[in-house]
Amino acid sequence: MKPVTRVEGRAIPFGQKNVDTDVIIPAKWLKTISREGLGEGAFEAIRAKEGNIFDDPEYAGAKILIAGDNFGCGSSREHAAWALADLGITAVIAPSFSDIFSGNAFKNGLLAIAVPQAAVDRLMEVAKTDPITIDMESMSITTPFQDRFAFEMDPFRHQCLVEGLDEIDLTLAKSDAIERHEKNSDSAQPWLIPIAA
Amino acid sequence: MKQPKTLYEKIWDAHVVDQRDDGTALIYIDRHLVHEVTSPQAFEGLRKAGRKVRRPDLTLAVPDHNLPTTARLDAKGRKIPIADPQSAAQLEALEANAPAFGIEYIGASDINQGIVHVIGPEQGFTLPGTTLVCGDSHTAAHGALGALAFGIGTSEVEHVLATQTLQLTRSKAMEIRVDGLLGPGISPKDLILHIIGVIGTAGGTGHVIEYRGEVFEQMSIEGRLTVSNMSIEAGARAGLIAPDERTFAYLKGRPMAPKGADWDAAVAYWKTLPTDEGAKFDKSVTINAADIAPTVTWGTSPEDVVPVNGVVPAPDSFADPSKQDAARKSLDYMGLEAGQALRDVSVENIFIGSCTNSRIEDLRAAASILTGRKKADNVKWAIVVPGSGLVKAQAEAEGLDRIFIDAGFEWREPGCSACLGMNPDKVPAGERCASTSNRNFVGRQGPGARTHLMSPAMAAAAAVTGRLTDVRELTR
Repeated sequence: MKPVTRVEGRAIPFGQKNVDTDVIIPAKWLKTISREGLGEGAFEAIRAKEGNIFDDPEYAGAKILIAGDNFGCGSSREHAAWALADLGITAVIAPSFSDIFSGNAFKNGLLAIAVPQAAVDRLMEVAKTDPITIDMESMSITTPFQDRFAFEMDPFRHQCLVEGLDEIDLTLAKSDAIERHEKNSDSAQPWLIPIAA
Repeated sequence: MKQPKTLYEKIWDAHVVDQRDDGTALIYIDRHLVHEVTSPQAFEGLRKAGRKVRRPDLTLAVPDHNLPTTARLDAKGRKIPIADPQSAAQLEALEANAPAFGIEYIGASDINQGIVHVIGPEQGFTLPGTTLVCGDSHTAAHGALGALAFGIGTSEVEHVLATQTLQLTRSKAMEIRVDGLLGPGISPKDLILHIIGVIGTAGGTGHVIEYRGEVFEQMSIEGRLTVSNMSIEAGARAGLIAPDERTFAYLKGRPMAPKGADWDAAVAYWKTLPTDEGAKFDKSVTINAADIAPTVTWGTSPEDVVPVNGVVPAPDSFADPSKQDAARKSLDYMGLEAGQALRDVSVENIFIGSCTNSRIEDLRAAASILTGRKKADNVKWAIVVPGSGLVKAQAEAEGLDRIFIDAGFEWREPGCSACLGMNPDKVPAGERCASTSNRNFVGRQGPGARTHLMSPAMAAAAAVTGRLTDVRELTR
């Protein structure tokens, strides 16, 4: 994974609440066996309408998406994170995220940054005309107008993102502990191994 | 004295492989269900990195999402090809990946095939006290048996395949206590829709919900699966119901469940799992069962629920301005007017199926309404999709298939079907569907499709009258 330390640029002031993953990428796009090319189907129903915010030239090349509460709710499809990445989005800012989506975003180096509604409201305003900056070192979002909003992030996720660590490699380094757990459970709970159907 | 623990804490603590100072823990995964949609990129990742599956014996693969629900074999027993080349490629990928990585695979025409969340419990693969994951958010269903079960993304699928663990932070524990019992004609689906209406689709975010109260103790495992399944619609990654004698009776003798002395040891362990008296929950919500009527959704979020005898709410009736806006958009999409009685809404499509409501009890409940009746003329398309080959066989043994067919329904092969618009079963744009599935999102059942979520008996009642109907009118 590539390290992510800073995201700077225009943001799409989308603002909608409870954006579900069927809205981000409808199921018909899930038939792929690749992670690539899903941007085409991203927000398909919304983008079918003339004058939608995603195709507004004002926000062409935007790297940040600003949304309302509970972004990414619904299905576990990681295709939602892949579709956003394929659209060129590298960070989503919202008051809250669904648990599964924020995990999927993290695994793909896509920042899912939660800040209070008041901060989101202000950033929505700024985004209409000016760029915003997300700094992972200081864990803050800033604007050209001296706004500064601090955010929190799970320390493990923060470290993985900033250092670009591969999570499977990190876990495989703990193979001894995994083996110990398996040995203990094999002897204490031998019934945990399913009988082959 | 030992600190009292919740069921969630007990399962979590028993699966910590490694605890980091920052609060993240490496959690061992006892069970992994794999289907065709969220796994191809994970297997590809393993291949690229030269990694193998750590515990193929704890992994079970089955196709469900993409599979057409029409006949799978022709009269000579030959496989009928799948018309959509992308779906075919995805299904072939699973069929090839499973044996290549040593994973047991239940094929499309095997009688044991079905929706992942139906076959897990049915095969006895799902067990109390285990951690169970699948690349599908409705994995929450398995919590009905007291397993800590949750949906994961494809990168996590790859992580579990490679390491049999996940890096997780502990969720908060939420209690939903239901006082009293469900009235006549009120089903577990009405209960969970009502709960989601009360707490909202983000009400359980960051939490694992434990459902508590006498109503769950008296509920069948099928009913518990329906409730726990939709925990994700309340924002919770997992739901839990304490394992009890009903759970043990359900599991005993299932093909993959423990046998003999192992069974006795397992039951003894499972009995230690229920939440201790005095254990603390981070959040607690109380629901009064007497408040619950047959419930349907009016909008495009599972929290948009209303008793079937109610009216479509006015967007202005919501306090939150963004909810008002969302309600306006929902009504526009759904083609409904504020103040309109739900019972006046006619439906053209009926879908009985999905991991929420495709088990034998669901089919019995729907069939009991349809016995000796026919679907209304304005209902163009009505299908029943059993959750698994075994459910289908059981229903046929009970003659339920005849009741459905005589009522004008199509009797299909198991799969996810019209719950999500990715296989051939779709609801046409602008048409309504009385659906026993779990999501009424925009475009969920096909572009422009209008979904009303409800119980199997309610969907059957809608088929008979051709409009949203209080099932109790047909049972009096």
